[in-house]
Amino acid sequence: MGDETTKPTKAPYLLIAPSWAALGILFLLPLLVMFIISFGMRGTYGGLKPIDDLWAYILSGDFLANYKRSLEPLYWPIYWRSFWMATVTTVLCLLISYPIAYYIAIVAPARWKNLLLALVVIPFWTSFLIRTYAWMLILRTEGLINTVLMEGGLIDKPLDLLYNEFAVMIGLVYGELPFMILPLYASLEKLDLTLLEASSDLGAKHVSTFWRVTLPLTMPGVVAGVVLVFIPSIGQFVVSDLLGGAKSMLVGNLIQNQFAVARHRPFGSAIAFELTAVVLLLLFAYAWWAKKRGQEAML
Amino acid sequence: MSVSVDIAGVTKRFGDFVAVDRVSLQIRKGEFFSLLGPSGCGKTTLLRMIGGFEFPTEGVIRIGDRDVTWLPPYKRPVNMVFQSSALFPHLTVIENVAFGLRYKGLNNGAAKQKARDALALVRLEGFEDRPPAQLSGGQRQRVALARALAMEPEVLLLDEPLAALDQKLRKEVQLELKNLQKSLGLTFVFVTHDQEEALTMSDRIAVMNQGRVEQLDASHHVFEYPKTEFVAQFMGAPNFFTGVVKSLAEGLLYIGGRTEADIRARTTSDTWRPNDPVRFVVRPEKLDLRTKSGTSDGEVSIEVTIEDRVYQGVNTVWVVRGDDGERYMIYEQNDRPFQESSRFRVGGRAFMSWNPRDTVVLEKKS
Repeated sequence: MGDETTKPTKAPYLLIAPSWAALGILFLLPLLVMFIISFGMRGTYGGLKPIDDLWAYILSGDFLANYKRSLEPLYWPIYWRSFWMATVTTVLCLLISYPIAYYIAIVAPARWKNLLLALVVIPFWTSFLIRTYAWMLILRTEGLINTVLMEGGLIDKPLDLLYNEFAVMIGLVYGELPFMILPLYASLEKLDLTLLEASSDLGAKHVSTFWRVTLPLTMPGVVAGVVLVFIPSIGQFVVSDLLGGAKSMLVGNLIQNQFAVARHRPFGSAIAFELTAVVLLLLFAYAWWAKKRGQEAML
Repeated sequence: MSVSVDIAGVTKRFGDFVAVDRVSLQIRKGEFFSLLGPSGCGKTTLLRMIGGFEFPTEGVIRIGDRDVTWLPPYKRPVNMVFQSSALFPHLTVIENVAFGLRYKGLNNGAAKQKARDALALVRLEGFEDRPPAQLSGGQRQRVALARALAMEPEVLLLDEPLAALDQKLRKEVQLELKNLQKSLGLTFVFVTHDQEEALTMSDRIAVMNQGRVEQLDASHHVFEYPKTEFVAQFMGAPNFFTGVVKSLAEGLLYIGGRTEADIRARTTSDTWRPNDPVRFVVRPEKLDLRTKSGTSDGEVSIEVTIEDRVYQGVNTVWVVRGDDGERYMIYEQNDRPFQESSRFRVGGRAFMSWNPRDTVVLEKKS
């Protein structure tokens, strides 16, 4: 009897062990290494400076130097810009995605739904980097938009579309759009349309029905989409690098520069950790919200 | 009697499918009106057109004196109780019931009070702050009813609201609903596929089939005097006889061809001509089974073969077949069995007889 009851309880752990091992080696271990590095000092030629007296180093408080530095006013505009860009990206994504998701889930004939969803997902087949380069071709001075406008005689000289925050925003919104559309679609798809009829029956016009019934009931999708878009937007560096030029540095670029250009791994690790903390805070807030609503989180 | 809902020549097509086919009928103020029929007969579509959820392809719908054919639901003086109850899951019971009252210009306090009154009407006090998920199916339908009644509609539309309830609860709610309708004096338009439910509650019933109204009559009339084979079948009288008109005199039709003596049956139509083929029905509970051809009191008798007997508690159902191949059902009440009940056996012969005044002549086919 004893064997029969104890053996099966071990099986689940054994089965899940490979997953834990993969997660541990590929994610947790590097994070731990980064965490330790973030308290270190940069060596003269990059790399890490060896610490002679660990105890003295800790007591002097020097190990927090990288975190102190990261809070210097010099970097505030970068954090602020990152936060602001991520927020605007998220809001724009939400405003653009909701009608699209609504159309696919509710308005479109059933036989079109899968095709439309496929259209949302198909861009993933191409590398994000290549798609961002494509935007450069569209936005640059001799690019598609300027050429068409010039040929059409609508403008005399090319517009400055590339290498500014506007271009970064386009790239970000474009890239993150599917991550907003899909969760919104998932929750709109589940919406009981009779509720919309009931609302109309009780005197609510379309706008009223939207605010009082549709939106509250699809809130899980909205919040999931916001989380899914905001988090990658605040940490990204590729789009701002390619489309923003040097002018619009974001926190992602700052981190990347510490590793790739300034060769200051401890400082880069410290900022990366701060960013991770902010993201985790957001995720906890989301989990708390979902639990409070008694709903299963969509993430 | 003033007209509450006037449906004039309404047709609804979905692509090639005709859901409602040239329906014209008038629903009177204060009556309990049922649309009865099998699924797909167009009854729900018709109701949804009254509610404004569908728009007719042809025809006009008036409520009171107003043409509402093209008005959206929120502009119509009607409210609907949905089959699924359609309560808003993110709102409490009281918020659900008060949902539409702000559009009537009521402030929050007045709306809440009115919602409470409506909940009292359906005997759901004390449930105000519960979310719908914590209610039983019957309670949910009561809230849906209260929500519609709170809006004080001119006409209340009910789309099979009891379909999801179990048999016992359904019977209770039927009577409650009927009493509520009577005491409020409100026009109810009720959609159902259950003939018993329709008979229990309705003043008048429109039986629908394939998008058309087969018969519109007072409910006992629909039950006792079906006009078409479909209605007879739907009302549980699937005993069809074919005969030939011999003559028509003073509202009495003399039908021959089935029995030695002509069957005398009442008819309200004067379009019958001699030699017209005629179809008639006799309800299963009006039929008697005997060993001898009963000729007393002008009773009609037909010789049949007994094919089956099924005990059903209150009744025993005899399935018999006439020599013309038609199948008939006979109900024998078990507390008042046929006199010679013990002498019949499956496979044997017997005489099926009935009083000629129970003969119901179906409408002449044009």
